[in-house]
Amino acid sequence: MSILGNRVLRKEDPRFLRGEGRYVENLPLEGALAVTFVRSLLAHARIDGVDATAAATLPNVQVFTGADVDAGPFGPPPFPGLNPGMGRPLVATDVVRFVGDIVAIVVSEDRATGVDAAELVSVDYDPLPAVVSPQDAAKDEVLLYPEVGTNVACRSGSPEHDEKLFDGCDVVVSGTLVSPRMAPCPLEPRSAAAEVGPDGRVTAWLSTQTPHQDRMVLAGTLGLDPAQVRVVAPDVGGGFGAKMLNPEEVLLVWLARRLGRPVRWTETRSESMVALPHGRAQRLDYTIGGTRDGKVLAYRLDVLQDSGAYPVLGAFLPNLTALMASGVYAIPRIEFEGRSVVTNTTPISAFRGAGRPEASQTIERALDAFAAELELDPVEVRRRNFIPADAFPHTTVTHAAYDSGDYEGALDLVLRSAGYEELRDEQRRRREQGEATQLGIGISCYVEITNGIAETEFGEVEITPDGGAIVRTGSFSHGQGHETTFAMIAAEQLGLPIEKVTVHKGDTDEIAKGTGTYGSKSTQIGGMAARLAADEVVEHAKELVGDYLEASPADIVLDPALGRLHVAGDPSQAISWADLAVRASADDRLAELKASHEFKAVPTFPFGAHVAVVEVDTETGRVELRRLVAVDDAGTLINPLVAEGQVHGGIATGVAQALYEHVVYDDDGNPMTSTFVGYAFPSAADLPSWETVEMETPTPVNALGAKGIGESGTIGATPAVHNAVVDALAPFGVRHVDMPANGENVWRALEEART
Amino acid sequence: MTRIALTVNGSRVEENVEPRQLLVYFLRDRLGLKGTNVGCDTSSCGACTVLLDGESVKSCTVFAVQADGCEVTTVEGLAEGDELHPVQQAFHEQHALQCGYCTPGFVMATVSLLKEHPDPSEEEIRAGLEGNLCRCTGYHNIVRAVQAAARAGA
Repeated sequence: MSILGNRVLRKEDPRFLRGEGRYVENLPLEGALAVTFVRSLLAHARIDGVDATAAATLPNVQVFTGADVDAGPFGPPPFPGLNPGMGRPLVATDVVRFVGDIVAIVVSEDRATGVDAAELVSVDYDPLPAVVSPQDAAKDEVLLYPEVGTNVACRSGSPEHDEKLFDGCDVVVSGTLVSPRMAPCPLEPRSAAAEVGPDGRVTAWLSTQTPHQDRMVLAGTLGLDPAQVRVVAPDVGGGFGAKMLNPEEVLLVWLARRLGRPVRWTETRSESMVALPHGRAQRLDYTIGGTRDGKVLAYRLDVLQDSGAYPVLGAFLPNLTALMASGVYAIPRIEFEGRSVVTNTTPISAFRGAGRPEASQTIERALDAFAAELELDPVEVRRRNFIPADAFPHTTVTHAAYDSGDYEGALDLVLRSAGYEELRDEQRRRREQGEATQLGIGISCYVEITNGIAETEFGEVEITPDGGAIVRTGSFSHGQGHETTFAMIAAEQLGLPIEKVTVHKGDTDEIAKGTGTYGSKSTQIGGMAARLAADEVVEHAKELVGDYLEASPADIVLDPALGRLHVAGDPSQAISWADLAVRASADDRLAELKASHEFKAVPTFPFGAHVAVVEVDTETGRVELRRLVAVDDAGTLINPLVAEGQVHGGIATGVAQALYEHVVYDDDGNPMTSTFVGYAFPSAADLPSWETVEMETPTPVNALGAKGIGESGTIGATPAVHNAVVDALAPFGVRHVDMPANGENVWRALEEART
Repeated sequence: MTRIALTVNGSRVEENVEPRQLLVYFLRDRLGLKGTNVGCDTSSCGACTVLLDGESVKSCTVFAVQADGCEVTTVEGLAEGDELHPVQQAFHEQHALQCGYCTPGFVMATVSLLKEHPDPSEEEIRAGLEGNLCRCTGYHNIVRAVQAAARAGA
């Protein structure tokens, strides 16, 4: 019986449960010096001087400023269209551009002394006007990079308008949605350590999602031969897209080389909230038009992306928003224009969903606004516009090549599971009776893209002397459970029990290649690479067994149930993996039982439908999420237990954006939400249990049939909850509520509608 | 420096500490008990939760000197050899952890919660764990794990 598709408990759990997680901060590193960053307290200012005299009087304290750092700049990354003139000095020299910019580095014997010394570093700032909102930045009045001459970091789509776009439309509706800036908040703050070995090579231990890519960027930024750099990512306490290389990690390696001593740094949460890149922060203006019977004919989307002070991945993300603009609908005409601008705020990078949630949030709000204008049920309007299940593969007018899907099937399933008609009855009752607490029902139908840039991943499988197997993957796990899922995949191909398969990851010296984990791509390319490597090991094993049984390798078969190889039709003389490993070891042929594989594939498109039920107190604006019913179809599931966990966490993040979280700056660029006290990270008490419903539509793109699952819940949940809040307030004439739809924003929307 | 004497996971400990040293760093850096994690600097996330004389505390909010004369239990003190504590076992079986960083804190908070409320409702569980944050699980399976641990009589 296949192990795939079973709810296998995770192999990695025991060490975490026992407090034996190997996070960077837990690694012993004898004699390591503590690194503390001195960060800008102003959003935009010229640096007239940095005085470290007082700090340097503390015992064994050294201070480095931008003038000392002979490397960099950091970024911008080589994405098409990104303005190359907006690089970030590793340590600011002339200008600081956001609260949190690094202005000096303190190195000390212990952390407490470092913090004391950092407070003694005196920076002479000459304040400049700060530009905080992307709309202001787009005016190009205050420039962050005067030498570049504009705040626009990247453009996507086309600025051209087709004046006939909405021709033939009976109804045209416009609106604006702001997808609030979020802080990724992995529970483990970033941590890094670096040491130069006796051979001159430098090892960096990083809390990262992308060890192999980090190695290349480290080497590139510091002018080193990549062979001289080893990156090790041990256990990583969450990433959510944010934990890719940043200036801090580069500086750790620079310091280790400069000082000849190991160094380490772990950021505080307050530091993380301003220095770890944020996500989302798009303003989206939409116009949707169609016929009176609910058929959408045209859609225009204009995105203004806040890139923060230094453009990194976030500036590029409108390209993904454009790609997914059409959602699950067959829309014949779509126009898109994206502009990414720099502001005096924390840089924007990837965060769970990264450019796709914004697309879903907008098309799903637009569909509801269109339905409201037509006085049609939002379910009915969706049905009239779905790409039908028999239309796959299907390429949208924005050039997304959807692999497989059944969008109406997902909607039917979620409506049935939620009891949609009964919910509408209850809503009607409350409306008729004029109850203070109204019910809101929100629908979202979504499709998203995973493995979005068609990447290649590396996998290697090796039989161990005891007849077990090691899987080495270039993918990475920072909570996703690869040690279990990838072990299941290899165990299935080899016919080994999962207990005998161990997954290795994260060490660039041990694993030849890799891209890491982001964009929900691990299983579909990393899992496939491991599977193909395992298949190749089986082929090599057949040759060995052929030699031992004096038979042709072509006649040897693997009995996957018993984990033995024998001549086809003659299981009496079978050799188990354990016996084969012993014999091959004795003959010095064990190395033959090893293979590596690289697997490249096109993107896959998970989809689903969510129903959210909220109660809104129409007197105070208080919103309570009562239910969230979710159908998330990610193709064939390898481990439904782990997949469901991904959906749960994804939903929580989606709900958090809809109802709670928002990074806020004041007009001068001071962060107002830079601690876990000020930032509305929801706890268990703020959220209900989730009602998840299984649906599996395999992709033809890979042999596993698997799509990505890490971000779907987030992408589906936000618009469902957002729509539910607006739906609850429909009788009051409310057509829009700003996210997060918290008490304050709901109350404001009600007041506005009442006056 | 102040001399303190306490019991940590059943072992007697006597050390000199700086008055400003927090209990969590005393446990991690002086005693090498790295299971207790630090996730914030505002007593918000609960990753550092330990038991102080049997009750859960955030060890980032207790000075080491305040633990003088007390009994401290950390996540390392729960399992009996190979056998996980019933709360740890329930977290494993219900897939109540992903990245694992908040897990020791949640496990310790749950041990304390179930001591006070051996048969909590879902609402009591959610309210009882309000001081612990998790970014991975959406709390769903953590609630299931607490319920399972309660059924197991943890």
